[in-house]
Amino acid sequence: MAYSFLDGNEAVARGAVDAGCQFFAGYPITPATSIYQKMLELLPPLGGICLQGEDEIASIGFCLGAAMAGWPAMTATSGPGISLYSEQLSFAIGGEIPLVVIDVQRLGPSTGSATKGADGDIQFLRWNSSGGLPVVVLAPVDVKDCYQLTRQAFAIASHYRIPVFLASNKEIGLTKESVLLDREAFQPCVQPGPLAQGDSLPFTPLPGTQVPALIPMGGKQLSRQTSSSHGEDGYITTSAQEIAKVVRRLKDKVSRDTNALSFYDYDGSGSESLLLISYGVTSRAARVAVAQLRQQGESIAHLILKTLYPVPESAILQALAGKKRVVVVEMNLGQYVEEIRRLAGSLEVHFYGQMDGELINPETIIREVRS
Amino acid sequence: MSSLLNPNRPPVFCPGCTHDQVVHAVDQALQLLGKRGEEVAIVSDIGCSGLFDTFFNTHAFHGLHGRALTYATGLKMARPELTVLVVMGDGGLGIGGAHLLASCRRNLDLTLLVLNNFNYGMTGGQCSPTTPAEAVTSSAFLNTLERPLDLCQVVETAGASYVGRALGMDKRLPGTIAEAIQFKGFAVLDIWAVCPGRYAKKNRSGASSLEAQQSQLPAAPGVVPSNVRPEYQEAYASAAAGLSPEKRVATVECDHRAPVESRQEILLLGAAGQFVNTVGELLCLAGMSGGLQASLKSDYPITVLRGHSICEVVLDPRQVGYTGLSQPGVVLAIGREGVARKSALLSALPEEAVIYADSALELPSTAARVESLACDRLGIAKNEKALALLSHMAAKGEVITVAMLAAALPLRYSGKLLDKAEALMSRVIENQ
Repeated sequence: MAYSFLDGNEAVARGAVDAGCQFFAGYPITPATSIYQKMLELLPPLGGICLQGEDEIASIGFCLGAAMAGWPAMTATSGPGISLYSEQLSFAIGGEIPLVVIDVQRLGPSTGSATKGADGDIQFLRWNSSGGLPVVVLAPVDVKDCYQLTRQAFAIASHYRIPVFLASNKEIGLTKESVLLDREAFQPCVQPGPLAQGDSLPFTPLPGTQVPALIPMGGKQLSRQTSSSHGEDGYITTSAQEIAKVVRRLKDKVSRDTNALSFYDYDGSGSESLLLISYGVTSRAARVAVAQLRQQGESIAHLILKTLYPVPESAILQALAGKKRVVVVEMNLGQYVEEIRRLAGSLEVHFYGQMDGELINPETIIREVRS
Repeated sequence: MSSLLNPNRPPVFCPGCTHDQVVHAVDQALQLLGKRGEEVAIVSDIGCSGLFDTFFNTHAFHGLHGRALTYATGLKMARPELTVLVVMGDGGLGIGGAHLLASCRRNLDLTLLVLNNFNYGMTGGQCSPTTPAEAVTSSAFLNTLERPLDLCQVVETAGASYVGRALGMDKRLPGTIAEAIQFKGFAVLDIWAVCPGRYAKKNRSGASSLEAQQSQLPAAPGVVPSNVRPEYQEAYASAAAGLSPEKRVATVECDHRAPVESRQEILLLGAAGQFVNTVGELLCLAGMSGGLQASLKSDYPITVLRGHSICEVVLDPRQVGYTGLSQPGVVLAIGREGVARKSALLSALPEEAVIYADSALELPSTAARVESLACDRLGIAKNEKALALLSHMAAKGEVITVAMLAAALPLRYSGKLLDKAEALMSRVIENQ
């Protein structure tokens, strides 16, 4: 079994190409730039397109145009770029345009520290659109996850016709490690969405589903896309009834499939009294902490969330069941913990957050679990 | 060829609005060119001109304010055979300035129609980038403080290869639009329009007034000979065709046995320009050829070729857990900036730790063992010190062996660089 040595950003690019990505556009920004550079190396020789937009707004705009033509598309950036994407993301949600967006998070706020990591964009990724309709946010722990979850992201984006985010981090994107990518063993959690055949309306869901088949722009069947409130025919509408129906479907198409979209690792037997919850790179230190705590006789389970949104409520409630105390650790000052508190009811939730550009180390986690 | 207009969705502009005439002119132009609906995509922006896509039985993409050119670009690159017509007002022109300039630089075969009625009609008649200073608008005194831009001048200077100016009510407009569409490259038409709903209520801007104003300006060139050049999508495809497909993801053969039983933490401290990162990678590759798992992360400032460059490497016979260093057992002291930044850590190292150091570097007092390498005496240049110290470490058989390092070098270097690296490694080993 021969290992490869690569960083999270390269693994994202590899995952994208293996997922059938044909279009990438991005604007250079530390610590995401190497994703663009790698896609520039990989895509054009394969007949794909990789463009450097004049800014992030152009880059994501190019992706939306290409995606409507039926080309699986991806863009990658960091916090400041996610900020610039906001309006286009609202459009992608309302227009049901499949898109994969990689956020290699860096220390904020704003320009912050380009070469330092953080998980400061967690709520931002979920709520960075007017209207607040659902998106999917996945959180890789390591380089292998960057590969696997990027491939999943393409399947999910296509199936549900939504933007899917990867909440990566400088500490994963630019950390190189030995890895077995397991490319052949990959199984998508859902099938890609079909392209429209025949005479469908642009926004009529396929029978038995919540998602319309995409009419590729430029094909024989006329395709219509609009950022305005629209009905099933893709024309602007003022009918409250039609609008209610559409936004309800945009909510339900994701929320009803939460379980199919819930990626997580649960390390525990169910009889433990303590639960540690982590996501992203912090999970590596958390695993080390849990191993040491168990050696010292602690009864502790560990839930690693790899899907952040839609919130994997079933998995979280199951993990919480029977616990006396929950500890949540994040590389921010408290974002995902709010989802946990909401589900934990009267159970004590202790939070530790750190947003200083440094990794949370195992010793700190052990201290917080003990406190 | 029959009309592409949707008879069930006639234009809904104010009575007397020139946009109405432009809709018909576009339709006639497409008929002149014999285009079928599915061969055309109309990409529109926000505002009154943003309604265009609803009147036609073509592909239609109505997006965000100022961003029409961004969707059009992605769409045209993915579907080069599609005729892509971009319609925006003087509003979209302003907010999308960067995209307009970039499109002029690119020369992708798009046709941009700017429906220029000198104000933002839909939102109540505020001034736009083309509003004359003396005009009366809803922006009160603000437009009197600014100079309007001449769209044709700007796009010609920026590289548009077809630049036209027309009146929306001109009977020749269909022909002009057809010519712009036919032109292979980025074509821009500045089409002046009357806004009876807003602008014309306060400003003399009827057909004859606009005609008189246009005649004062130098005629727009149509094709701009100095800007004519290869079309972007074709040039892109041609450039890409010459690129060879990428090789598979490289793997590391494990042909050696590392002298390591447990997790090792190695810290590399240097300066920008010393290839600290590269040597950190070599260390990892060497570890992997000895059957170890490896991780590498770097700390450096945003400057280029200045400041510190620090690498944290973990080598482990099992999976690497935490990628940070809790207690490095080995340090490579390569450059002053890195050493200075971790001065406290160096002072606190226990005696079991070892520092492989360039003898020219001043180290803080430490309990750790120091294995110096006289880089200057050996004629080792500043940008070679990192590899030299790694070779020094391998020679001592600590964590990695010489055989492991020798196996790693060709995984990272080739040709002359590989020869140089191998020679440097040999030189350091011979001088132990």
